[in-house]
Amino acid sequence: MAMTGVLRPGFAQVRVLDMEKSLDHYIKRIGMHHVTTGTDGRVYLKCGDEFDHHSLVLRKADHAGIDAFAFKVASEADLDSFEKRVIAYGYPVDHVAAGEQPGLGRRIGWTLSSGHRIELYAHADLSDPKPMIHNPDVWTVEPHGMGARRMDHCLLYGPDIEKTLDFFEKVLDFKCAERVDMPDGLLAIWMSCGMKAHDIAFVKHPEPGKLHHVSFELESWADVGHAGDIITRYDISVDIGPTRHGITRGQTIYFFDPSGNRCEVFAGGYTYYPDSPTRTWDETQIGKGIFYYERQLNAAFLSVVT
Amino acid sequence: MAASHKITVEGAGEATCYEGERALVAMERAQGFGRLKNLPYRLPVGCRRGGCGVCRVRVTAGEFKADPMSRAHISEADEAAGLVLSCAIYPLSDIELRIEPPHFVKKAKTAATESQETA
Repeated sequence: MAMTGVLRPGFAQVRVLDMEKSLDHYIKRIGMHHVTTGTDGRVYLKCGDEFDHHSLVLRKADHAGIDAFAFKVASEADLDSFEKRVIAYGYPVDHVAAGEQPGLGRRIGWTLSSGHRIELYAHADLSDPKPMIHNPDVWTVEPHGMGARRMDHCLLYGPDIEKTLDFFEKVLDFKCAERVDMPDGLLAIWMSCGMKAHDIAFVKHPEPGKLHHVSFELESWADVGHAGDIITRYDISVDIGPTRHGITRGQTIYFFDPSGNRCEVFAGGYTYYPDSPTRTWDETQIGKGIFYYERQLNAAFLSVVT
Repeated sequence: MAASHKITVEGAGEATCYEGERALVAMERAQGFGRLKNLPYRLPVGCRRGGCGVCRVRVTAGEFKADPMSRAHISEADEAAGLVLSCAIYPLSDIELRIEPPHFVKKAKTAATESQETA
Protein backbone atom coordinates (compact mmCIF):
# COMPACT_ATOMS: atom_id res chain seq x y z
CA MET A 1 0.00 0.00 0.00
CA ALA A 2 1.38 3.35 -0.98
CA MET A 3 1.05 5.82 1.85
CA THR A 4 0.43 9.33 0.64
CA GLY A 5 -1.21 12.44 2.03
CA VAL A 6 -1.69 12.22 5.78
CA LEU A 7 0.84 9.66 7.04
CA ARG A 8 0.13 9.40 10.77
CA PRO A 9 -0.46 11.28 14.01
CA GLY A 10 2.45 13.64 14.62
CA PHE A 11 2.03 15.31 17.98
CA ALA A 12 -0.49 16.26 20.63
CA GLN A 13 -0.07 19.53 22.54
CA VAL A 14 -1.56 19.06 26.00
CA ARG A 15 -2.13 21.59 28.79
CA VAL A 16 -0.88 20.70 32.26
CA LEU A 17 -1.29 22.39 35.65
CA ASP A 18 2.05 21.26 37.14
CA MET A 19 4.95 20.75 34.73
CA GLU A 20 7.29 18.94 37.14
CA LYS A 21 4.72 16.29 38.09
CA SER A 22 3.72 15.97 34.44
CA LEU A 23 7.28 15.27 33.34
CA ASP A 24 7.56 12.50 35.95
CA HIS A 25 4.30 11.06 34.63
CA TYR A 26 5.10 11.07 30.93
CA ILE A 27 8.83 10.36 31.20
CA LYS A 28 9.33 8.11 34.25
CA ARG A 29 5.95 6.33 34.18
CA ILE A 30 4.77 6.19 30.57
CA GLY A 31 8.37 5.86 29.44
CA MET A 32 8.87 8.83 27.11
CA HIS A 33 12.10 10.76 26.61
CA HIS A 34 12.76 14.48 27.05
CA VAL A 35 13.85 16.04 23.76
CA THR A 36 14.04 19.72 24.56
CA THR A 37 12.43 22.55 26.48
CA GLY A 38 11.43 25.64 24.49
CA THR A 39 12.15 29.23 25.46
CA ASP A 40 8.44 29.67 26.24
CA GLY A 41 8.53 26.76 28.70
CA ARG A 42 6.80 24.18 26.54
CA VAL A 43 8.42 20.75 26.90
CA TYR A 44 8.88 18.38 23.95
CA LEU A 45 8.81 14.61 24.50
CA LYS A 46 9.07 11.52 22.31
CA CYS A 47 8.89 7.75 22.57
CA GLY A 48 11.95 5.62 21.97
CA ASP A 49 10.56 3.92 18.85
CA GLU A 50 9.77 7.19 17.05
CA PHE A 51 12.16 8.78 14.54
CA ASP A 52 10.64 12.26 14.48
CA HIS A 53 11.61 15.11 16.75
CA HIS A 54 8.73 14.90 19.25
CA SER A 55 5.23 13.50 19.62
CA LEU A 56 3.96 15.20 22.77
CA VAL A 57 4.17 18.86 23.73
CA LEU A 58 3.31 19.86 27.31
CA ARG A 59 2.27 23.43 27.98
CA LYS A 60 1.72 24.79 31.48
CA ALA A 61 -1.70 26.40 31.79
CA ASP A 62 -4.36 27.08 34.41
CA HIS A 63 -6.70 24.45 32.98
CA ALA A 64 -6.19 20.99 31.53
CA GLY A 65 -7.06 19.73 28.04
CA ILE A 66 -5.67 19.68 24.52
CA ASP A 67 -4.45 22.66 22.45
CA ALA A 68 -4.03 20.83 19.16
CA PHE A 69 -3.60 17.44 17.54
CA ALA A 70 -1.31 17.34 14.51
CA PHE A 71 -0.66 14.91 11.68
CA LYS A 72 2.42 14.52 9.52
CA VAL A 73 1.86 14.56 5.76
CA ALA A 74 4.12 13.07 3.10
CA SER A 75 5.33 16.22 1.37
CA GLU A 76 5.27 20.01 1.26
CA ALA A 77 3.08 19.73 -1.84
CA ASP A 78 0.55 17.79 0.27
CA LEU A 79 0.47 20.68 2.74
CA ASP A 80 -0.42 23.11 -0.04
CA SER A 81 -3.00 20.76 -1.47
CA PHE A 82 -4.64 20.09 1.92
CA GLU A 83 -4.71 23.82 2.64
CA LYS A 84 -6.78 24.41 -0.50
CA ARG A 85 -9.09 21.50 0.30
CA VAL A 86 -9.65 22.59 3.94
CA ILE A 87 -10.44 26.15 2.83
CA ALA A 88 -12.76 24.86 0.11
CA TYR A 89 -14.61 22.85 2.78
CA GLY A 90 -15.18 26.07 4.69
CA TYR A 91 -12.66 26.14 7.54
CA PRO A 92 -10.28 29.14 7.61
CA VAL A 93 -6.64 27.98 7.65
CA ASP A 94 -3.79 29.73 9.46
CA HIS A 95 -0.05 29.27 9.17
CA VAL A 96 2.50 28.49 11.87
CA ALA A 97 6.09 29.27 10.94
CA ALA A 98 8.81 26.62 10.82
CA GLY A 99 10.58 26.43 14.17
CA GLU A 100 7.61 27.63 16.24
CA GLN A 101 7.98 24.16 17.70
CA PRO A 102 11.64 23.09 17.74
CA GLY A 103 12.45 20.53 15.06
CA LEU A 104 9.29 21.02 13.01
CA GLY A 105 8.77 22.69 9.65
CA ARG A 106 5.89 25.01 8.76
CA ARG A 107 2.43 23.95 9.86
CA ILE A 108 -1.09 24.72 8.76
CA GLY A 109 -3.95 24.66 11.23
CA TRP A 110 -7.70 25.12 11.56
CA THR A 111 -10.48 24.53 14.05
CA LEU A 112 -13.10 21.85 13.44
CA SER A 113 -16.75 22.55 14.22
CA SER A 114 -16.17 20.09 17.10
CA GLY A 115 -14.00 22.82 18.64
CA HIS A 116 -10.67 21.05 18.15
CA ARG A 117 -7.60 22.52 16.48
CA ILE A 118 -6.01 20.21 13.91
CA GLU A 119 -2.61 20.88 12.34
CA LEU A 120 -0.61 19.37 9.49
CA TYR A 121 3.11 19.55 8.77
CA ALA A 122 5.47 17.84 6.35
CA HIS A 123 8.87 18.17 7.96
CA ALA A 124 10.27 16.98 11.29
CA ASP A 125 13.93 16.74 12.22
CA LEU A 126 15.02 13.43 13.69
CA SER A 127 15.94 13.35 17.36
CA ASP A 128 17.45 10.88 19.82
CA PRO A 129 16.68 8.31 20.94
CA LYS A 130 15.38 6.86 17.71
CA PRO A 131 15.33 3.38 16.15
CA MET A 132 18.56 2.15 14.60
CA ILE A 133 18.48 1.73 10.82
CA HIS A 134 21.67 -0.26 10.11
CA ASN A 135 21.92 -3.75 11.62
CA PRO A 136 19.28 -2.47 13.99
CA ASP A 137 18.85 -3.70 17.52
CA VAL A 138 15.30 -3.87 18.82
CA TRP A 139 15.86 -0.65 20.71
CA THR A 140 18.58 1.97 21.06
CA VAL A 141 17.91 2.82 24.70
CA GLU A 142 16.28 0.12 26.81
CA PRO A 143 12.58 0.77 27.51
CA HIS A 144 11.70 2.17 30.92
CA GLY A 145 8.44 2.73 32.79
CA MET A 146 5.51 1.43 30.76
CA GLY A 147 7.76 1.30 27.70
CA ALA A 148 5.57 3.37 25.34
CA ARG A 149 6.71 2.83 21.74
CA ARG A 150 4.81 5.65 20.12
CA MET A 151 2.14 8.27 20.64
CA ASP A 152 -0.58 6.48 18.71
CA HIS A 153 -3.89 8.39 18.57
CA CYS A 154 -6.30 10.54 20.51
CA LEU A 155 -10.02 10.49 21.28
CA LEU A 156 -11.72 13.88 21.23
CA TYR A 157 -15.17 14.87 22.51
CA GLY A 158 -17.27 17.57 20.87
CA PRO A 159 -20.41 18.42 18.91
CA ASP A 160 -21.10 18.02 15.19
CA ILE A 161 -19.68 14.54 14.83
CA GLU A 162 -21.41 13.88 11.46
CA LYS A 163 -19.64 16.88 9.96
CA THR A 164 -16.32 15.80 11.50
CA LEU A 165 -16.65 12.38 9.87
CA ASP A 166 -17.54 13.97 6.54
CA PHE A 167 -14.57 16.34 6.79
CA PHE A 168 -11.98 13.69 7.62
CA GLU A 169 -13.25 11.41 4.83
CA LYS A 170 -13.65 14.03 2.11
CA VAL A 171 -10.81 16.43 2.88
CA LEU A 172 -8.09 14.47 4.68
CA ASP A 173 -8.80 11.11 2.95
CA PHE A 174 -9.30 9.20 6.23
CA LYS A 175 -11.46 6.05 6.33
CA CYS A 176 -13.95 5.24 9.06
CA ALA A 177 -12.85 1.91 10.50
CA GLU A 178 -15.58 1.68 13.10
CA ARG A 179 -18.67 3.61 14.26
CA VAL A 180 -21.38 3.52 16.93
CA ASP A 181 -24.93 4.43 15.90
CA MET A 182 -27.49 5.08 18.62
CA PRO A 183 -31.24 5.50 18.15
CA ASP A 184 -30.73 9.28 18.16
CA GLY A 185 -27.88 9.23 15.67
CA LEU A 186 -24.14 8.81 15.28
CA LEU A 187 -22.37 8.65 18.67
CA ALA A 188 -18.74 7.80 17.91
CA ILE A 189 -16.26 7.31 15.06
CA TRP A 190 -12.82 5.71 14.80
CA MET A 191 -10.92 6.88 11.73
CA SER A 192 -7.74 5.69 10.07
CA CYS A 193 -5.28 7.37 7.71
CA GLY A 194 -3.17 4.24 7.33
CA MET A 195 -3.39 0.64 8.46
CA LYS A 196 -4.13 1.10 12.15
CA ALA A 197 -7.69 0.63 13.39
CA HIS A 198 -7.64 4.28 14.44
CA ASP A 199 -5.48 7.38 14.21
CA ILE A 200 -8.11 9.70 15.65
CA ALA A 201 -11.53 9.12 17.17
CA PHE A 202 -14.44 11.36 18.15
CA VAL A 203 -17.40 10.96 20.47
CA LYS A 204 -20.44 13.25 20.32
CA HIS A 205 -20.47 15.62 23.29
CA PRO A 206 -22.28 18.91 23.87
CA GLU A 207 -19.23 20.89 24.95
CA PRO A 208 -16.69 21.65 22.19
CA GLY A 209 -12.95 21.12 22.21
CA LYS A 210 -12.69 18.44 24.90
CA LEU A 211 -10.00 15.78 25.32
CA HIS A 212 -10.96 12.25 26.27
CA HIS A 213 -7.50 10.72 26.01
CA VAL A 214 -4.12 10.63 24.32
CA SER A 215 -2.96 7.07 23.68
CA PHE A 216 0.45 5.42 23.63
CA GLU A 217 1.20 2.05 22.08
CA LEU A 218 2.92 -0.78 23.96
CA GLU A 219 4.46 -3.96 22.57
CA SER A 220 2.25 -6.57 24.22
CA TRP A 221 -0.64 -7.47 26.51
CA ALA A 222 2.01 -8.32 29.15
CA ASP A 223 3.22 -4.72 28.93
CA VAL A 224 -0.35 -3.53 29.59
CA GLY A 225 -0.28 -5.61 32.79
CA HIS A 226 3.09 -4.12 33.71
CA ALA A 227 1.60 -0.66 33.15
CA GLY A 228 -1.14 -1.61 35.62
CA ASP A 229 1.53 -2.49 38.18
CA ILE A 230 3.19 0.90 37.66
CA ILE A 231 -0.15 2.72 37.97
CA THR A 232 -0.76 1.17 41.39
CA ARG A 233 2.83 1.38 42.60
CA TYR A 234 2.97 5.12 41.95
CA ASP A 235 -0.65 5.85 42.98
CA ILE A 236 -1.63 7.08 39.52
CA SER A 237 -5.37 7.71 39.25
CA VAL A 238 -6.83 4.82 37.22
CA ASP A 239 -9.98 4.97 35.14
CA ILE A 240 -10.48 1.39 33.94
CA GLY A 241 -8.47 -1.66 33.00
CA PRO A 242 -6.54 -3.66 32.16
CA THR A 243 -9.32 -4.68 29.81
CA ARG A 244 -10.02 -4.92 26.10
CA HIS A 245 -12.03 -2.93 23.60
CA GLY A 246 -14.45 -4.69 21.30
CA ILE A 247 -13.99 -1.65 19.08
CA THR A 248 -10.47 -1.85 17.53
CA ARG A 249 -9.80 -4.97 19.73
CA GLY A 250 -7.08 -3.09 21.61
CA GLN A 251 -5.91 -4.36 25.02
CA THR A 252 -5.89 -1.34 27.23
CA ILE A 253 -5.65 0.50 30.52
CA TYR A 254 -6.84 4.07 31.11
CA PHE A 255 -5.46 6.42 33.74
CA PHE A 256 -5.02 10.12 34.38
CA ASP A 257 -2.02 12.42 34.25
CA PRO A 258 -1.35 14.72 37.26
CA SER A 259 -3.57 17.41 35.69
CA GLY A 260 -6.49 15.06 35.06
CA ASN A 261 -5.90 14.50 31.35
CA ARG A 262 -6.77 10.90 30.53
CA CYS A 263 -4.03 8.72 29.06
CA GLU A 264 -4.28 5.26 27.53
CA VAL A 265 -1.60 2.66 26.97
CA PHE A 266 -2.65 -0.23 24.78
CA ALA A 267 -1.41 -3.14 22.70
CA GLY A 268 -2.84 -4.96 19.73
CA GLY A 269 -5.80 -4.02 17.60
CA TYR A 270 -6.53 -5.22 14.11
CA THR A 271 -4.93 -4.17 10.85
CA TYR A 272 -7.13 -1.85 8.85
CA TYR A 273 -6.96 -1.92 5.05
CA PRO A 274 -8.37 0.97 3.05
CA ASP A 275 -10.90 -1.34 1.40
CA SER A 276 -12.07 -2.83 4.73
CA PRO A 277 -15.79 -2.28 5.31
CA THR A 278 -16.68 -0.05 8.25
CA ARG A 279 -17.47 -2.06 11.39
CA THR A 280 -20.65 -0.87 13.12
CA TRP A 281 -22.10 -1.10 16.63
CA ASP A 282 -25.58 -0.38 17.92
CA GLU A 283 -27.07 0.45 21.31
CA THR A 284 -27.64 -3.20 22.26
CA GLN A 285 -23.92 -4.09 22.21
CA ILE A 286 -22.26 -0.73 22.96
CA GLY A 287 -21.05 -1.92 26.38
CA LYS A 288 -19.19 -4.82 24.77
CA GLY A 289 -17.86 -2.51 22.08
CA ILE A 290 -16.28 -0.14 24.57
CA PHE A 291 -15.22 -2.61 27.29
CA TYR A 292 -15.26 -6.17 25.97
CA TYR A 293 -14.89 -7.93 29.33
CA GLU A 294 -17.02 -5.69 31.57
CA ARG A 295 -19.65 -5.38 28.79
CA GLN A 296 -20.84 -2.09 30.25
CA LEU A 297 -19.63 1.46 30.27
CA ASN A 298 -18.25 2.90 33.47
CA ALA A 299 -19.74 6.20 34.59
CA ALA A 300 -16.60 8.16 33.82
CA PHE A 301 -15.99 7.04 30.25
CA LEU A 302 -18.76 9.09 28.65
CA SER A 303 -18.64 12.10 30.96
CA VAL A 304 -15.14 12.77 32.31
CA VAL A 305 -13.06 14.88 29.93
CA THR A 306 -10.65 17.81 30.12
CA MET B 1 -1.56 4.59 61.58
CA ALA B 2 -1.33 8.14 60.31
CA ALA B 3 -3.26 10.98 61.88
CA SER B 4 -6.73 11.54 60.46
CA HIS B 5 -9.44 14.17 60.13
CA LYS B 6 -13.18 13.79 59.86
CA ILE B 7 -14.97 14.88 56.68
CA THR B 8 -18.66 15.56 57.23
CA VAL B 9 -20.49 15.33 53.92
CA GLU B 10 -23.67 17.36 54.30
CA GLY B 11 -26.74 15.17 54.32
CA ALA B 12 -24.74 12.06 53.45
CA GLY B 13 -22.52 10.90 56.30
CA GLU B 14 -18.89 11.01 57.39
CA ALA B 15 -15.51 9.97 56.01
CA THR B 16 -12.16 9.46 57.70
CA CYS B 17 -9.37 11.22 55.82
CA TYR B 18 -5.79 10.32 56.70
CA GLU B 19 -2.92 12.81 56.70
CA GLY B 20 -1.84 13.64 53.17
CA GLU B 21 -4.86 11.96 51.60
CA ARG B 22 -7.14 13.56 49.01
CA ALA B 23 -10.60 14.28 50.43
CA LEU B 24 -12.23 12.50 47.48
CA VAL B 25 -10.23 9.33 48.06
CA ALA B 26 -11.43 9.26 51.68
CA MET B 27 -15.01 9.84 50.54
CA GLU B 28 -14.80 7.04 47.94
CA ARG B 29 -13.56 4.66 50.64
CA ALA B 30 -16.29 5.81 53.03
CA GLN B 31 -18.99 5.15 50.46
CA GLY B 32 -17.46 1.73 49.79
CA PHE B 33 -17.83 0.95 53.50
CA GLY B 34 -21.42 2.27 53.60
CA ARG B 35 -20.57 5.38 55.63
CA LEU B 36 -22.17 7.85 53.18
CA LYS B 37 -25.41 5.94 53.57
CA ASN B 38 -27.67 8.93 53.00
CA LEU B 39 -26.07 9.76 49.65
CA PRO B 40 -28.68 8.52 47.17
CA TYR B 41 -26.27 8.18 44.25
CA ARG B 42 -22.72 7.08 43.46
CA LEU B 43 -20.22 9.75 44.50
CA PRO B 44 -19.15 11.69 41.39
CA VAL B 45 -15.57 10.61 40.66
CA GLY B 46 -13.64 11.70 37.59
CA CYS B 47 -9.93 12.18 37.00
CA ARG B 48 -9.03 12.56 40.70
CA ARG B 49 -6.32 15.05 39.67
CA GLY B 50 -7.99 18.46 39.53
CA GLY B 51 -8.70 18.55 35.81
CA CYS B 52 -12.21 17.38 34.92
CA GLY B 53 -14.37 19.21 37.47
CA VAL B 54 -16.69 16.32 38.32
CA CYS B 55 -16.03 16.23 42.10
CA ARG B 56 -16.88 19.86 42.89
CA VAL B 57 -17.72 20.59 46.54
CA ARG B 58 -18.22 23.61 48.78
CA VAL B 59 -16.19 23.49 51.97
CA THR B 60 -18.28 25.12 54.69
CA ALA B 61 -15.90 24.61 57.63
CA GLY B 62 -12.35 23.51 58.29
CA GLU B 63 -8.83 23.94 56.93
CA PHE B 64 -7.19 22.27 53.97
CA LYS B 65 -4.38 22.65 51.49
CA ALA B 66 -4.97 22.37 47.77
CA ASP B 67 -3.24 21.29 44.59
CA PRO B 68 -3.74 23.37 41.43
CA MET B 69 -7.28 22.96 40.08
CA SER B 70 -8.47 23.59 36.54
CA ARG B 71 -9.68 27.18 36.18
CA ALA B 72 -12.15 25.84 33.62
CA HIS B 73 -14.06 24.47 36.63
CA ILE B 74 -13.00 26.48 39.68
CA SER B 75 -12.55 30.23 39.18
CA GLU B 76 -10.55 32.34 41.62
CA ALA B 77 -13.86 33.70 42.97
CA ASP B 78 -15.14 30.14 43.41
CA GLU B 79 -12.03 29.16 45.31
CA ALA B 80 -12.31 32.21 47.58
CA ALA B 81 -15.90 31.13 48.34
CA GLY B 82 -14.79 27.63 49.35
CA LEU B 83 -15.69 25.92 46.08
CA VAL B 84 -13.04 23.33 45.27
CA LEU B 85 -12.52 19.97 43.61
CA SER B 86 -12.54 17.41 46.40
CA CYS B 87 -9.82 15.37 44.64
CA ALA B 88 -7.41 18.30 44.90
CA ILE B 89 -7.77 19.16 48.61
CA TYR B 90 -6.02 17.65 51.61
CA PRO B 91 -7.81 18.33 54.92
CA LEU B 92 -5.66 19.85 57.70
CA SER B 93 -8.49 19.72 60.25
CA ASP B 94 -11.94 18.19 60.47
CA ILE B 95 -13.87 19.67 57.58
CA GLU B 96 -17.50 19.98 56.48
CA LEU B 97 -18.49 20.07 52.86
CA ARG B 98 -21.46 19.99 50.51
CA ILE B 99 -21.42 18.20 47.16
CA GLU B 100 -22.03 20.67 44.32
CA PRO B 101 -22.97 19.89 40.72
CA PRO B 102 -20.13 20.08 38.18
CA HIS B 103 -19.76 23.53 36.72
CA PHE B 104 -18.09 25.01 33.69
CA VAL B 105 -16.63 28.47 34.17
CA LYS B 106 -17.96 30.74 31.45
CA LYS B 107 -15.45 32.31 29.13
CA ALA B 108 -12.81 29.64 29.69
CA LYS B 109 -10.61 29.90 26.64
CA THR B 110 -11.14 27.18 24.07
CA ALA B 111 -8.24 24.99 23.10
CA ALA B 112 -8.14 26.53 19.68
CA THR B 113 -8.06 30.19 20.69
CA GLU B 114 -5.41 29.57 23.30
CA SER B 115 -3.20 27.57 20.97
CA GLN B 116 -3.26 30.54 18.65
CA GLU B 117 -1.93 32.73 21.43
CA THR B 118 1.10 30.51 21.77
CA ALA B 119 1.61 30.25 18.01
